[in-house]
Amino acid sequence: MAHGTHEHHIIPLKTYWTVFAALIFLTVVTVAAAQIDFGALNALVAFGIASVKASLVLGIFMHLKYDNMMNRVIIGSGVFFLLLFWFFSIIDIVTRIPQNSTL
Amino acid sequence: MSTVKSSSTGHHHAHHYESADHEYQSSKQGVWLFLCTEILMFGGLFVGYAIFHHLFPETFKVGSKFTDVRYGATNTVVLLASSLSMALGIYYNQIRDKNKAVMALLFTLLCGVIFMVIKYLEYSHKIHLGLMPGDWYRGNAEELAQYVGGLEIPKNLPLYFSFYFMMTGLHGIHVLVGMGLITWVTIRTARGEFGPEYYTPVEGVGLFWHLVDLVWIYLFPLLYLVS
Repeated sequence: MAHGTHEHHIIPLKTYWTVFAALIFLTVVTVAAAQIDFGALNALVAFGIASVKASLVLGIFMHLKYDNMMNRVIIGSGVFFLLLFWFFSIIDIVTRIPQNSTL
Repeated sequence: MSTVKSSSTGHHHAHHYESADHEYQSSKQGVWLFLCTEILMFGGLFVGYAIFHHLFPETFKVGSKFTDVRYGATNTVVLLASSLSMALGIYYNQIRDKNKAVMALLFTLLCGVIFMVIKYLEYSHKIHLGLMPGDWYRGNAEELAQYVGGLEIPKNLPLYFSFYFMMTGLHGIHVLVGMGLITWVTIRTARGEFGPEYYTPVEGVGLFWHLVDLVWIYLFPLLYLVS
């Protein structure tokens, strides 16, 4: 992280508007995709599209694409530990055997 | 480039920073650390949702019938537009266009108001039907039948509304807090306190507002589009 005085990176207006258009388009895709039954993949499709939208907001609107590595690590660690929490909760819950099971 | 000690905005960096940029970077890093804790706080609710949705898929399917995807989609577009205008509020401060910066920030605030009005309409509909969380649930199975298209009303339907109100409620509180913060930076922008050399508070509030949008990006498919 440089501590010297330097100009902040200014993202051009056109980029902001393009990202906004992409976000609106992906919202339409989210609603459209929900009408189609992908079976077990339904949640994955919805969260996949949401994550693309989230990356656009983080990268451009929140300037992370041009920011220093430390801020990326901070937010990345938050997401990483959330996924870890989710992962171990889910493998616990889906591998339980019901009490009335004959296994 | 020469080091600018004072600026046209009249802001001097605090003495414990080496330079204005050091102050800017440190402040921003603090906001990112705070956003990390926000992700973990909302994350608990998301993981709870995942667990209970897995255990009682029917409850969540029936519960989501009481949400209106048109309201949810409208609010998604409203928040995305507000995110754009928030980013533009920073952009216009960066190029010293005070009037446009104020306009962009006021538009952001207006979007926040629209979001909360739609939220109010959604909440009153549910409260009217008695669809409250946990013990406050007063739903009448016969009255509710017309909304669910032949599906049976599960006994633990209040569970869905516990998640619904907790998640959208916590998110709504964030929208209100964000609106307060935007009002603050709008006034300061209008007073000419910000410019290309110093706009740290606008950047920080912007990051917070974008996080509120990020949470909604995930809440929308989760609560409105559960199949």
